[in-house]
Amino acid sequence: MRVGLFVTCLVDLMRPRIGFATLKLLENAGCEVIVPETQTCCGQPAWNSGDAPGAVALAKKTIAEFEGFDYVVSPSGSCGDQIRTEYPVLFADEPEWRDRATALASRTYELTDFLVTVLKVDSVPGDFEGTVTYHDSCTGLRSMGVKEQPRALLAKLKGVTLKEMNGCEECCGFGGTFSVKFGEVSAAIAERKCDNILASGAQAVVGGDLGCLLNIEGKLRRMGDETTQVLHVAEVLAGRA
Amino acid sequence: MEIKSMQFKANAAGSLANVVLQGNLKNAKGKFVTKRAEAIKDLDDFEGTRDAAAAIRNKVIDNLDLWLEAFERKALDTGAKVLWAKDGAEVCRLVTEIARSHGVKKVTKSKSMLSEEAGLNHALEAAGIQPVETDLGEYILQVDNNEPPSHIIAPAVHKSLNDVADLFHKVHGTPRKTEIPALTREAREVLRGHFLTAEMGLSGGNFLVAETGSVALVTNEGNGRMVTTMPKVHVVITGIEKVIPTLEDLSTLMRLLPRSATGQSISNYFSILTGVKKPEEHDGPEHLYFVLVDSGRADVVGGDFHEMLRCIRCGACMNHCPVYQTIGGHAYGWVYPGPMGSVLTPLYAGIENSIDLPHAATLCNQCGIVCPVKIPLPDLLRKLREKQTERGLRPLTERIGLRLWAWVAQRPKLYALGASVGARYLKWLAGDTDRIRLLPTAPEWTLGRDFPAPQGKTFRELYAARRSSTPRA
Repeated sequence: MRVGLFVTCLVDLMRPRIGFATLKLLENAGCEVIVPETQTCCGQPAWNSGDAPGAVALAKKTIAEFEGFDYVVSPSGSCGDQIRTEYPVLFADEPEWRDRATALASRTYELTDFLVTVLKVDSVPGDFEGTVTYHDSCTGLRSMGVKEQPRALLAKLKGVTLKEMNGCEECCGFGGTFSVKFGEVSAAIAERKCDNILASGAQAVVGGDLGCLLNIEGKLRRMGDETTQVLHVAEVLAGRA
Repeated sequence: MEIKSMQFKANAAGSLANVVLQGNLKNAKGKFVTKRAEAIKDLDDFEGTRDAAAAIRNKVIDNLDLWLEAFERKALDTGAKVLWAKDGAEVCRLVTEIARSHGVKKVTKSKSMLSEEAGLNHALEAAGIQPVETDLGEYILQVDNNEPPSHIIAPAVHKSLNDVADLFHKVHGTPRKTEIPALTREAREVLRGHFLTAEMGLSGGNFLVAETGSVALVTNEGNGRMVTTMPKVHVVITGIEKVIPTLEDLSTLMRLLPRSATGQSISNYFSILTGVKKPEEHDGPEHLYFVLVDSGRADVVGGDFHEMLRCIRCGACMNHCPVYQTIGGHAYGWVYPGPMGSVLTPLYAGIENSIDLPHAATLCNQCGIVCPVKIPLPDLLRKLREKQTERGLRPLTERIGLRLWAWVAQRPKLYALGASVGARYLKWLAGDTDRIRLLPTAPEWTLGRDFPAPQGKTFRELYAARRSSTPRA
């Protein structure tokens, strides 16, 4: 099974270790993983900012780079959903591209969904020990249906105890460019999320989208919390590289 | 109503700094969200009912002119008069004329968001006619210097019990009361006199039923019944999109509206009002007028934002919106707040008058999930962003930045170089620490939180290095 890894621009820039953790999880499960060197961004920032031509150009580039694989997997529900749900919408007026987009969309998965739904993995290599609470990122949850998959995988780690927080499905306030257009509002929403994380008493907050995690970590630290770890689910499942 | 949506950001900052408002918003959020979640559990097939409701609304919106004509014919048969207003100014003119023709000095009102759109109270006062708001929330706002509502079904939700206690003590000149029943009794005593003396009642309409020419009213306080049955003249003001085909359709929509709005299986009062008082009847108006208002709605029919006309004004989208929950309704600057307002305000009050609103959302889609008529609100917000870009309404720096970024992202080598430099620059900003306290390239981020430090090299650099050190077959 040849899997194209869509790293995402945030992981590339900020947290390469999440990309390597994803690679390890997929390879451990027996996938042949290819990382196309020319990949950049899925185009979601352009699409969500009202720049449709920019989004279309980046979608075409991404489709051409990834359509040769059996599956496309991304450590992000947000970027994964851009390919899976939005790409076909982008090409409403270009039937040939729409068909290519739809074909790619049907083979595109968020990481934990892929591990559970397609690979049906029995075990994961991580060795994290402690209590964790899970933040459900909006697009993964509400558009891709990622909810039980990460929890099922975390449950395979003996040392991990899941303590659900209140409002785990509520938005953290990141919202892509929203976070820099309306910084104060965004941070105030993040504060509610962080209050819930802290109230859960978990040692780590875990999630599947780096944008949310940067927002949460930044807010926790500004609130004076120095101890709660903020981790991508791939890091926890793969163990530190 | 005056549009203050261009000051969204300043308004939002004010809301965040208002400690009392923040406490009130926290209280309201819990009530609305929890009650709705409980209420929808009694429906056997909530999703199926949503589909049915959306289908009813689509059926009407797709042939709005025909359904309006059907409603008009039936309403005329019942003895009502049907008037058409193309905008707020016409609403004000028509209602004032109706009032004058009946020698009206005082008008009691139950809640009507369209009268807020039109600024009707001002127009009535200017014509020497006294408007009296009788919905408790609207009454509180009216006696507080005509403050605008901050929520479409709970207009004074931004006020606390203490705020109202102070207000009533001041405006009624009575001893300060802090018990809710005592405060409502006080309002009721004041309003009772108005109910008995008003010559005209004015209401909104939740639905217009084409089959019977009726208006359906969903209320919780009983004021709606006083307003619509006691005076000799009843005027219904509502948007042209509110029509539905049949009573059967009404029952489907009513399974969703109170549950979505306040978490009630049914509102305390639910009235279906049909025609004028008949000779053998004891109460009801002798004259019934429908003022059916366009105010931008007809332009939405058949266009990119068509689906928005399905809206049944339950308020669930705002109750569940993380942005609304954080800043409240006034920040949005016009009649309709929250996600539905961020779509409606640009459509009805001008896209150029509300530049921030379509962007004032995280696109979390909590609104889309709870909407009883399945309006894809995040998609509509995104389409509005596209319209803004097409019309060159966004700030120049943002437009150039986006185009430049998309241009670079199509050139992998240049992009890789940019990312490498970026990762190092951010790492340098963080110094020896794991965070950046002030991010010069995006200062908004660090207003209220830190920006975590990057690892310092990009994934693609590290991956290339790993591949070259462990070559594969």
